[in-house]
Amino acid sequence: MDNYINIKVRVWRQAGPKAQGHFETYELNHIFQGASFLEMIDILNEQLIAEHKDPIAFDHDCREGICGMCSMYVNGHPHGPDSAITTCQLHMRKFHDGETITVEPWRSRAFPVIKDLMVDRQAYDKIMQAGGFVSVNTGGVPDANAIAIPKPVADEAMDAASCIGCGACAAACKNGSAMLFVAAKVSQLALLPQGKIEAATRAKNMLAKMDELGFGNCTNTGACAAECPKSVSLANIARLNREYLCAKFKD
Amino acid sequence: MWLKDSSIGRKFIMSITGLFLVLFLLFHGSMNICLVIDDLFGTAGYNWICEMLGANWYAIIGTLVLALGVVVHFCYAFYLTIQNRRARGNDRYAIEARQEGVDWASKNMLVLGIIVIGFLCLHFYNMWWKMQFAELTGIHTSMFDPADGSAIVKALFTDGWCGIIYCLLYIVWLVALWFHLSHGIWSALHTLGWSNLIWLKRIKVIGTIFATLTVGLFMVVDVYFLGVNICSMIG
Ligand code: HEM
Ligand code: SF4
Ligand code: FES
Repeated sequence: MDNYINIKVRVWRQAGPKAQGHFETYELNHIFQGASFLEMIDILNEQLIAEHKDPIAFDHDCREGICGMCSMYVNGHPHGPDSAITTCQLHMRKFHDGETITVEPWRSRAFPVIKDLMVDRQAYDKIMQAGGFVSVNTGGVPDANAIAIPKPVADEAMDAASCIGCGACAAACKNGSAMLFVAAKVSQLALLPQGKIEAATRAKNMLAKMDELGFGNCTNTGACAAECPKSVSLANIARLNREYLCAKFKD
Repeated sequence: MWLKDSSIGRKFIMSITGLFLVLFLLFHGSMNICLVIDDLFGTAGYNWICEMLGANWYAIIGTLVLALGVVVHFCYAFYLTIQNRRARGNDRYAIEARQEGVDWASKNMLVLGIIVIGFLCLHFYNMWWKMQFAELTGIHTSMFDPADGSAIVKALFTDGWCGIIYCLLYIVWLVALWFHLSHGIWSALHTLGWSNLIWLKRIKVIGTIFATLTVGLFMVVDVYFLGVNICSMIG
């Protein structure tokens, strides 16, 4: 049964990229447990505005788990204590009356804080630009059934493609590595015939970009896959390793 | 050079050197089992192997390659860890919960490795110094004949209280090694790309089996001599 609860929210406040951040604790009463976590933050922000204080800056967009914007470290987990969901899909029923909830931004060198809970995740976009695409000639649309793809392969490619680029993998990684993201983006294309043509250069370029941007070396601890809101599998990392090593040995 | 400049290249070196060391340890462990067999049945298998390896050119090359493996593994371990700490940045989370399915060993590989290498130095002084080094240089580093490896080992492990302490120290070492390998072996295979949705579960089992086998071989010898020692102290 969902009830109304009174909570304390301990939030990271940081005025700007260079400013010194600190935690601020706010009391929030009469929060319905059926509310989503982001709705709770909205209510908190309205309270702050009413008190003439600066509202908390946080990223959000779709609020239905598909855009990957809602980056927050809630009680020691990216996207909060529930598994396989984003913060916008997290409900207040995961918390109890009187609880103090700690909310932090992603903390990884490649994701610098912009303000409060908002971080700069352009590093992921740059990795995508380095090779996360298939080059095609525009023109006539090919018949959907012209290239047959076995169901298990299509399934695995779709599972990799479910990555929403949220950054939770690098945020949770003790090595600050973006391997799960890069592996998912390489896999979704490397598995399919359309993506195979550029597979070797893609793996090399995307990995080189990841290294250049200062992400760490993956040591297969698996925190990424455990925290990924889309349950992207660690097996993709092995595929990326395989693609990369094969490409390098061919050179 | 991609083996140094790319993250997967560095991991590749880490996994190849790691697996090579595991293979060596498997051989070394099997050889040690002879000590127990010799002691039980009065054979001389261990010394036969010692004699065969001794200070022959192939044993020396083997030792050098091995040393190179350890040095490369060790240097890359620090290289990787320093880079990773930098990538993580200086801002730590105030609250860091642990995730399900993330084993403790995987987060402490460097520390476990340092424990392993610390004991390795002790081990070098105890064994290699008195066997291969003595044989190579002809310098008498102990009161034993360097070819009589079996006597050297037994003297160390069954020397009353001192022997007990050595046995216990070696057990600490072996436990640290087990944890290192419980993550290291499957991680190495994963790094080499030998994994997928099905094999991921299998290589974890394979890793645990090989870690246990490798460490088990040494443990049997250690515990056997600990037992012999305690019995002789009581009786
Ligand atoms: C004789 C002993 C050793 C053996 C058999 C061994 C074996 C291994 C193996 C198989 C791996 C996995 C490689 C991979 O994940 O790709 C590994 C990784 C590692 N080892 Fe060792 N190792 C030994 C000694 C050491 C020492 C002395 C150190 C450090 C001082 C060390 C530090 C590390 C580190 C930091 C990793 C990286 C963790 C990872 O990549 O998952 N190891 N080792
Ligand atoms: S792999 Fe998972 S955690 Fe990483 S960016 Fe994609 S969806 Fe987010
Ligand atoms: S706001 Fe789009 S995934 Fe949460």
